[in-house]
Amino acid sequence: MFRVRALPTIVAGALPCAERETCAERRDAVDAWTNGAWIVPATLSLCVLLLVSAGCGYQDMADQPHYEPLEASEFFAEGQASRPLISGTVARGHLRIDRAFFEGQVDGKPVEVYPWLAVARQLGLLADGAESQEVDEHVRAQILERGQQRFNIFCSACHDRTGSGQGMVVQRGFPAPPSYHSDRLRAAPVGHFYVVATQGFGRMPDYADQIPPADRWAIVAYVRALQLSQHAEVGELPPADRAALPAEEDTP
Amino acid sequence: MPQIFHPSMNTIARVSIFGAVFILTAIIALLLLVVRSPYVTDVGVVREQPVPFSHKHHVGDVGLDCRYCHTSVEDSSFAGIPPTKTCMNCHSQLFTESAMLQPVRDSFATGQPLHWTRVHDVPDFVYFDHSIHIHKGIGCVKCHGPVNEMPLMWREQTLHMKWCLDCHRQPELFVGDRANVFNTAIDVQLDPVAANALVDKYHIQSKTDCYTCHR
Repeated sequence: MFRVRALPTIVAGALPCAERETCAERRDAVDAWTNGAWIVPATLSLCVLLLVSAGCGYQDMADQPHYEPLEASEFFAEGQASRPLISGTVARGHLRIDRAFFEGQVDGKPVEVYPWLAVARQLGLLADGAESQEVDEHVRAQILERGQQRFNIFCSACHDRTGSGQGMVVQRGFPAPPSYHSDRLRAAPVGHFYVVATQGFGRMPDYADQIPPADRWAIVAYVRALQLSQHAEVGELPPADRAALPAEEDTP
Repeated sequence: MPQIFHPSMNTIARVSIFGAVFILTAIIALLLLVVRSPYVTDVGVVREQPVPFSHKHHVGDVGLDCRYCHTSVEDSSFAGIPPTKTCMNCHSQLFTESAMLQPVRDSFATGQPLHWTRVHDVPDFVYFDHSIHIHKGIGCVKCHGPVNEMPLMWREQTLHMKWCLDCHRQPELFVGDRANVFNTAIDVQLDPVAANALVDKYHIQSKTDCYTCHR
């Protein structure tokens, strides 16, 4: 039906053979090989190869032997590959010389003057190497925008988006924080808000790990803006904002 | 010499040749289906976790921003899994008696981290960075699905290379406004004009070189 014997002849003919007998022997050997004798040694060697590779340890390229962030590790006592900062050490670029900026208070007294320049620098809002490091209105607006964004991420859960202290978590039973719009907090120095965010206050936990210092200061700036928003006089608004207000009812 | 095979063997031979073709095709098709099935890709399969954390509750109902917990997602390759201290920000006051949260309180008290089961894990031979995708306007939900509706976490996408390339070839089908990246309520495909405008504005390139991801 099918003539599958043609191939060996060609292969055998390609072999160099000096004498007739040798050539015939080789031809027989090649015939046997191409007829399937190779299966037995090939299977055996494949089995051996598999066994050896299994014994040597199978390495998955998708999960290579290096640590990813926060991966579990049996080497360290608490079972975590990512290491906390060793106490008494300073990571490169994290030296905190400006204590007023990083702690928000000097000798236990909250900072009174908002550190615009340091905040703008830390947030990367000033051009590198520029001689006049001026924090103009444009840069201040960017700081406020950053503060608004960060406030809504980290603070609004409790303080709500207006700062009155009725956020969703408070509505779920967390003790309500004081409103930003009280006379006491409106008179509080800027450093006070920074210190509270850094160290916590009462039931409020500290946010030092979640919010970097410059963002904490940006939030402080936005808290000031919120306070202003609840006590602004209509007459002080720019015409564009005044036009956006709902028309007041005329009293006859 | 008598004939070895009966003439009917011809038919049998032909049928078995056809059968071999179809059976081989079927086996290959089955393998391809299995590789793409949730059995292998884990798509839609809820993972067992030490605490049954609900993104639906925290994001969908309470309205927490992704970044409240995943603080490093904007600045690093890794989104970050929060320390138990972050849980305790609220749960020092809320559900303080809940048995479900006992592992969290234990972890906070002892300093032993919780062992979460990872849901999304690209292979180690793939370079992936969260921050660049966020800064190019790819919303969380584009890859992670409607997290705000997931009571327990599952994988929404296969994380197959084809899936990555679908977007890398045509980013305009997936790009969104940077302002809405963390808004889990927004998962729309922009109209072509707006999408292409964003692709230009954010300088998005269709990166499909092998070494973009395999470096």
